[in-house]
Amino acid sequence: MNARSPAAPLDDLDRRIINALQGGFPISDEPYREVADSLGTTETELLARLQRMLDTKVLTRFGPMFQIERLGGRFVLAALAVPEARFAEVTALVNALPEVAHNYRREHALNMWFVLATETPDGIAQAIARIEADTGLPVFAFPKLREFFVDMRLKA
Amino acid sequence: MNGPDDLDRRLVIATQAGLPLVPRPYDLLAEQLGVSALEVKARLAAMLDGGRIRRIGAVPNHYAIGYTANGMSVWDVDDARIEALGEAIGRLDFVTHCYERPRRLPDWPYNLFAMVHAGDRATVLARVGEIATLLGPACRGHDVLFSTEILKKTGLRIGGDG
Repeated sequence: MNARSPAAPLDDLDRRIINALQGGFPISDEPYREVADSLGTTETELLARLQRMLDTKVLTRFGPMFQIERLGGRFVLAALAVPEARFAEVTALVNALPEVAHNYRREHALNMWFVLATETPDGIAQAIARIEADTGLPVFAFPKLREFFVDMRLKA
Repeated sequence: MNGPDDLDRRLVIATQAGLPLVPRPYDLLAEQLGVSALEVKARLAAMLDGGRIRRIGAVPNHYAIGYTANGMSVWDVDDARIEALGEAIGRLDFVTHCYERPRRLPDWPYNLFAMVHAGDRATVLARVGEIATLLGPACRGHDVLFSTEILKKTGLRIGGDG
């Protein structure tokens, strides 16, 4: 699993780049040069390091983070209680849906937790119905009722 | 809120895999979309102002930067107090996501979800303890669900391109 493999070691500049790019990226003609200037490096170096950190999966993404609900779409967290003997089979069935954006195994009777992301609100109910039909298991859906806003503040 | 108009939608599709890593990324997007760079920048700024874009930035892989323990803490919180308490928990610097979600009784009594990342499980549990202290008697029970495997992780994908 890429996300679990040991990553290339990060040096001080890598960490400063990650921390500087948590938000507030300039919307200007040469935004990378502005950020590079503020970090005391060059645009060429910044672009090369960003590319390398994306290639090695240190970064999962760099760009605009969309609030899907405000674009008409929906994100819903959902869970299944999967019998251990069926775990691999059910994983394959659930992951096969393009609407499944993330899927994690967790330690609980509800042992599979995934996020459904769809372009329209109707897509969620359809995806849930499909998963229930394919797996024969009831889906527990946990749509968010309220978000308590947090910044992305993990420090590299 | 209405859905995105056509140019907004095309901007989402053009950037959902990431912002181009070239010296003038907005010029490149403008060229791809057949509009001016001024228009691209104005649209992105408007989407940021309106909340349709949360931020433009980097998403680190938690594991790669050393946050190898990921605990989804879940709490059964008095409905009358969840708003104020949820906001207080969202302000804790180790909580990366915090949501009120519906209970699913009798299987699932929890209505507040707070994601806690740290370098190891003991630290996650210590931070969960801080949340428990903050909630005090307004909380009737809680659990922590550690992730043990990433089964799938892709970004948002719209536009029917797979």
